Amino acid sequence: MTTPILQVNELCVSYGKVEALHHINLKVEAGKIVTVIGPNGAGKTTLLSAIMGLLPSKGEIAFQGEVQRDIEVEHLVAMGMTLVPEKRELFGEMSVEDNLLLGAFMRYRAGDRDQGKTMDQVFGTFPRLRERRAQLAGTLSGGERQMLAVGRALMAKPKLLMLDEPSLGLAPLIVREIFHIIAELKQTGVAILLVEQNARAALQIADYGYVLETGSIALEGESRALADDPRVVETYLGLGGKKQ
Amino acid sequence: MDLQIALLLGQDGIVNGAIYALLALALVLVFAVTRVIFIPQGEFVAYGALTLAAFQAGKTPGTLWLLLGAGALVALIDTVMALRAGSMGRLKRIALWDLALPAAIAGLVLWLEPGRLPLWAQVTLALAIVIPLGPLIYRLAYQPLAEASVLVLLIVSVAVHLTLVGLGLLFFGAEGSRTTPFSEAQFNLGMLTVNGQTLWVLGASVVLIVGLYLFFGRTLYGKALRATAINRVGARLMGISTTMAGKLSFTLAAGIGALSGILIAPITTVYYDTGFLVGLKGFVAAIIAGLVSYPLAAAGAILVGLLEAFSSFWASAFKEVIVFTLIIPVLVWRSLTSHHVEEEE
Ligand SMILES: Nc1ncnc2c1ncn2[C@@H]1O[C@H](COP(=O)(O)OP(=O)(O)OP(=O)(O)O)[C@@H](O)[C@H]1O
Ligand SMILES: [Mg+2]
Repeated sequence: MTTPILQVNELCVSYGKVEALHHINLKVEAGKIVTVIGPNGAGKTTLLSAIMGLLPSKGEIAFQGEVQRDIEVEHLVAMGMTLVPEKRELFGEMSVEDNLLLGAFMRYRAGDRDQGKTMDQVFGTFPRLRERRAQLAGTLSGGERQMLAVGRALMAKPKLLMLDEPSLGLAPLIVREIFHIIAELKQTGVAILLVEQNARAALQIADYGYVLETGSIALEGESRALADDPRVVETYLGLGGKKQ
Repeated sequence: MDLQIALLLGQDGIVNGAIYALLALALVLVFAVTRVIFIPQGEFVAYGALTLAAFQAGKTPGTLWLLLGAGALVALIDTVMALRAGSMGRLKRIALWDLALPAAIAGLVLWLEPGRLPLWAQVTLALAIVIPLGPLIYRLAYQPLAEASVLVLLIVSVAVHLTLVGLGLLFFGAEGSRTTPFSEAQFNLGMLTVNGQTLWVLGASVVLIVGLYLFFGRTLYGKALRATAINRVGARLMGISTTMAGKLSFTLAAGIGALSGILIAPITTVYYDTGFLVGLKGFVAAIIAGLVSYPLAAAGAILVGLLEAFSSFWASAFKEVIVFTLIIPVLVWRSLTSHHVEEEE
């Protein structure tokens, strides 16, 4: 068995005195898509923020087999972890092209000068971004913004790509396009940790899934098995999920 | 007042305005990136000018000891923190930037006896001493408070300002100094006489402003600073650390301040506390721009310079009053026209 890209052991996160995540254990194997599904307020965003070092946490986070003692965002980015946050956090007053270039900032700092080539690959994945490369990010449509957020993350050539609800606020057609692209990204070898409320779509493209409820992992398993699990079907793939 | 006097005053106003513009740009930059209202900006003006003056008087400037001391202090703090976090990788960087670099500059200054060097070499050495103080002060005073509110950062700025003014008095004494002009040339344009130093100030300001424009528009580090100003979390997720952005903007601000001081030192007598008033006028210009717009800040600075020049003719006792009163209508106008932006958490 190879070392997993990401291994989280007994992770606890608190906001003040309130503990929002309790003893989370989670693993992402190389080249796999792992999804975390769960209702609003379950702690999905909290989980990704803590892994990325945006929030202080207790427990152990190992990236590529190395336990991270000094969990700093910049350090993790340099090691190959990227997060597409729920709020996208684009640079609204800068052009699409500049947003993408900044996605490769850490690699530029480390001496890589192949940003042009990487950008061409990103444009290959998202042709619409090429058309809009000179436009300000703040003036993009919701779907384009999400594409830019993912594209910007890809500019870092990550080893682990974490996506926080990429389908949030998008029309069904674009959701399908985005999920299709995520499934294709897997072919490039990047491991993906996908947080979603759209459980049906997420389980379809994922290899493995976790169900997060009120800060704890309630269920986990191969995504096919999870999709057939009666508890998942009832809560997450029932009427709400069928609208898709 | 006849036309000749008006032209003379206009020239004065534009020269001072150019300096205020540079300082205003630095203030806007520092505020946008770090939310620090950089009151100590003026001290960099004074340190730049007086360090150069000390060279020309054949003395070793006290700022050199400040550089060594601040570097050693930062090295000590950062080493302790690195050891606690168990990341030995940082030690090399600390030794290089906080110990080796200041020591190298000090060695160079003590060895070269700058008093006998040509002016450009003296200017380079003065900048080499004063500019690294920018990131060191960021590290000591502001970096631990990167998440604090604007008000807390403002209070820290006042403290840093008072400390630096006090040190300035200690290093340079209470007497003012002037330095030798960059150029003794005089040009006659009709009824107007323009001297060489004026052209130096204007030329250097324009070069610096264009340089900054290219830096922010064309280079990845410039874009990274803008990105931090626009969206701090987004920038961190790209690996642009708040600390790096803060140090870089303080380096630029220190450089702009020190160079401004060096440019005005042949025209005005600079005292250890002159910087504050000069910086404050840059600040008025920056306020006119609402601390966000670079072109507006530059325009405001020229306005401040002209207003100051003409009021020194008509009512010289009140010239500072007139300049600083300008801020009131500007604030009223701004509060009427702009919508209130909630401070970010
Ligand atoms: N900054 C904060 N301060 C205090 N509590 C917070 C904070 N952010 C989140 N929480 C709480 O932590 C819990 C988990 O929030 P989180 O945003 O991680 O949920 P989520 O699973 O991402 O939800 P959603 O699907 O709506 O995005 C919620 O109860 C939320 O109210
Ligand atoms: Mg969320």
